[in-house]
Amino acid sequence: MELAAQSGTVAPSVLRKNSLIDSLMHGLTRSAALLVLLLLGGVIGVLIHGSIPAFEKFGFGFFTTEKWNPVTEIFGAAAPIYGTIVTSVIAMFIGVPISIGIAIFMTELCPRSLKRTLGTGIELLAGIPSIIYGLWGLFVLAPLLQQYVQPALISAAEGIPWLESLFTGPPYGIGVLTAALILSIMVLPYITSVTRDVFETVPPMLKESAYGLGATTWEVVWKVVIPYTRTGIVGGVMLGLGRALGETMAVTFVIGNAHRIATSLIAPGTTISATIANEFTEADGEMYTSALISLGLILFMITFIVLAAARLMLLRLQMKENR
Amino acid sequence: MDAFVQDTKLYARRKRRNAIAMVLSYIAAGSGFVALLWILGTLVSKGIGGLSFETFTAMTPPPGESGGLLNAIYGSAIQTLVAALVGTPIGILAGTFMAEYGRGTKTATIVRFINDVLLSAPSIVIGLFVYELMVRPMGHFSAWAGSVALAILVIPVVVRTTEDMLLLVPNTLREAASSLGASRWRVINKVCYRAALSGLVTGALLAVARISGETAPLLFTSLNNQFWSTDMNQPMANLPVVIFQFAMSPYQDWQKLAWVGALIITTTVLALNILARSLSSPRGQQS
Repeated sequence: MELAAQSGTVAPSVLRKNSLIDSLMHGLTRSAALLVLLLLGGVIGVLIHGSIPAFEKFGFGFFTTEKWNPVTEIFGAAAPIYGTIVTSVIAMFIGVPISIGIAIFMTELCPRSLKRTLGTGIELLAGIPSIIYGLWGLFVLAPLLQQYVQPALISAAEGIPWLESLFTGPPYGIGVLTAALILSIMVLPYITSVTRDVFETVPPMLKESAYGLGATTWEVVWKVVIPYTRTGIVGGVMLGLGRALGETMAVTFVIGNAHRIATSLIAPGTTISATIANEFTEADGEMYTSALISLGLILFMITFIVLAAARLMLLRLQMKENR
Repeated sequence: MDAFVQDTKLYARRKRRNAIAMVLSYIAAGSGFVALLWILGTLVSKGIGGLSFETFTAMTPPPGESGGLLNAIYGSAIQTLVAALVGTPIGILAGTFMAEYGRGTKTATIVRFINDVLLSAPSIVIGLFVYELMVRPMGHFSAWAGSVALAILVIPVVVRTTEDMLLLVPNTLREAASSLGASRWRVINKVCYRAALSGLVTGALLAVARISGETAPLLFTSLNNQFWSTDMNQPMANLPVVIFQFAMSPYQDWQKLAWVGALIITTTVLALNILARSLSSPRGQQS
């Protein structure tokens, strides 16, 4: 009796306390979530603020000027933008087929016991810091390319109208092609893991029906699995592209940091991220810094669009699957 | 007869095409594995020779002299630690909102989308952001700025795993606790967090693994320091930037130290990754 009376008097204050803590926690977690939005807004805002001087001085010409001269303070973003896009696109051309090949192997061919090992291996590849890829590219891949691959490419392309201009000049080892090769290895894990995941969403019934009709493994993959997962694959590829576009250290090591647009793929070039990484700490003068921040803004915008598109595609696939 | 011949021809062609595709797929898988082994192999063979007691006891040397990486290792460890201490709570709180208080709300959906984009945003841009935000107003590079840049990279990773892990907690557990009269925060605190604990730890570990190899955001925030420094207000050495500087230099000793540093970082990162993975897959669970 006494106990009940006591609890009857205590309960309201406990309840009040709890609901107070509850609304506090609600507010706290909510503001933490909003902080994520604030971060994005902050990054964009700060970059825009920092790039105003450069855009005011150079206007739209900033995008089309190839010249990059810190001494006369004339800056144009054409060469880094070109380098960023070219290296990433070549990386995709090499990386995407290999990634899809690995995903096919993992979902259709490989024995169960190997599946885990391979999956872990691919994920470890994603975990290796990008600076290690750069180091490896500079000291292992570049000398190899310089000694064997590039001379072979140059002599093979000689006399063939289009190819010749792609592979001319001395074989430096470092350059656009080397950077693209490294990027293609780096995007493998991202594209592979997304592709494998979406491949596994294909209902077994669909595949079994195709096998039952006498289709070969390749026909099942090409005519059932890939059409079914098209959006997901494109999403994964875009995700990889987003990574490749923004990748900094691995590229900085091997690109050569030359501000010019060369048609030759074996010539040194530069990318947006490599330019910032190489020059930002040495940038003296308002305009130099501002030009580099503008480059950062351009890079952020490009990757944001690509990554947002990738996420939207994967989201759509997820919704389709849940329905 | 004619149709039969055509049929076998078609059949042979299909089989051939299948064989080619499958061989290519094998080659693709093989080349991925070769790349991994090649990179790790180079790393071990070039790094292990330079690894010595001095590596962990001496400072980074001027060119031509012998030395170690102590200041860089310390700088990396302390900045990573601060970043994790700042970023992880924020990430867990935000993830909690998305999975608990705000589940299914518009805010949660938008935050999730933005968070996913930030997850793969170029880290060098974060470096620029923190430079403009902290380094420029303060007038000098500092370890604080480096830590903040890394913390910004921690948040999306932790948000993502926290939300995923909390969503895995069965609703029946929450309902059972609520029906006993527990308030919302008590349910989250005593039930959800406990059920998802290993997942939350995994998230934090993955985030630490991610930032401990990050170079780009540190280049113009904490910069580098050739000497021993524990002052967070001053530039501080850190392994990735030291590796970058030493590898790009023409000095053999420096390049050798760069490989040693690379080996240390990669071992740490891979160990963290494996630890995180073994935590997130409970005992006995297959594939």
